[in-house]
Amino acid sequence: MTANRGWVWMYGVTGEPPGAFADGAAGVGGVPPRTITAAGLTAVVGDVGDGEYGEAALRRNLEDLDWLARTARAHHAILEAAAERGPVVPMRLATLFTSDAGVTGTLRDRAEDFRKALSLIGARSEWGVKAYAVKPADPAGAPGRPAAGPDGQATGPGAAYLQRRRAQLTASKDASSEAMASARTVYAELSRFAVSSRLYPPQAPDLAGQQAPMVLNAAYLVADERAGEFATAIDDLIATHRFVQLTLTGPWPAYSFVGEGDGSGPR
Amino acid sequence: MTHAGLVPAESPSLSPGPISGPKPANLGDILERVLDKGIVIAGDIRVNLLDIELLTIKLRLVIASLDTASQVGINWWKADPWLSADAANGSDQRALEEENRQLRSRVKALEARSRDDG
Repeated sequence: MTANRGWVWMYGVTGEPPGAFADGAAGVGGVPPRTITAAGLTAVVGDVGDGEYGEAALRRNLEDLDWLARTARAHHAILEAAAERGPVVPMRLATLFTSDAGVTGTLRDRAEDFRKALSLIGARSEWGVKAYAVKPADPAGAPGRPAAGPDGQATGPGAAYLQRRRAQLTASKDASSEAMASARTVYAELSRFAVSSRLYPPQAPDLAGQQAPMVLNAAYLVADERAGEFATAIDDLIATHRFVQLTLTGPWPAYSFVGEGDGSGPR
Repeated sequence: MTHAGLVPAESPSLSPGPISGPKPANLGDILERVLDKGIVIAGDIRVNLLDIELLTIKLRLVIASLDTASQVGINWWKADPWLSADAANGSDQRALEEENRQLRSRVKALEARSRDDG
């Protein structure tokens, strides 16, 4: 096999082989995944062509949002399918080898790291919690209608506007600091149910698909038997923090808890 | 993907029981995980994502959000020493701010360039 024909894309590492993937579980490049076992570990991999995934092509393609989105989703879908059967250590996107031998070598060389990571994430799942600042309702005092002066004459649209604007600014400043305080509390409260937690930078509105500013973007590693408690805690927090909207995502493969340099938070 | 009110549209049923989540996940959530997290091992191909300086989407994802965050004053997670190891040290904080400033101007330049290209 020549090195340039294609590449072996590595999705992640499991302990036990994850078993057959469902039909139609197309991975990166539309190619179904397969597994390679060595050192008591199993790598979930896929075969990809040089034309799209070679070094030069990859550099170009990673800059292309559509390609990147497609590839990221495919990578994630396979990891998610694997995670449903048991713990899987996710690889960062675009971890590529020239041949199966490279994968086998990595499994052997890094066996201890993989095993350590697997034992950390076993019977635990990653959950994502985001909070958005909720805009306060318009301040009291019929917005849009100018106040009438004593002589029945309106104080003028200019003055009324300024008054309204001032009230809005004050309300929005209060809401914003309250939202931040809420985010802090939410983060700390939920950490009590988690084995470990991470803060991500808030996402830009475009990517979040939300116009409201994000005030919290956190990931938690939660023992599966505490997932119910964790969800209930979120319910309670939703009820008590009116300036934030909370969303829960997951369970995720434990992306946020397997990397080196743990505990550093957002880069 | 937009939802209003306090009921989290992307939340699974918030009741104790078997874990099952909503799908598909939002692209931003996936990207921040697959690009920034996950174990890093040296593959045979030398396209370390961190080496791709112009990885536009990553810059947008991280920098745009930092930018938005500081604009609206929402950067408590950066400034709180209890939450952020970096913030515990004032000089690190300044270094971060400087780095952020430089990255921001690079993003601007890149965006200007991509507008020209397009």
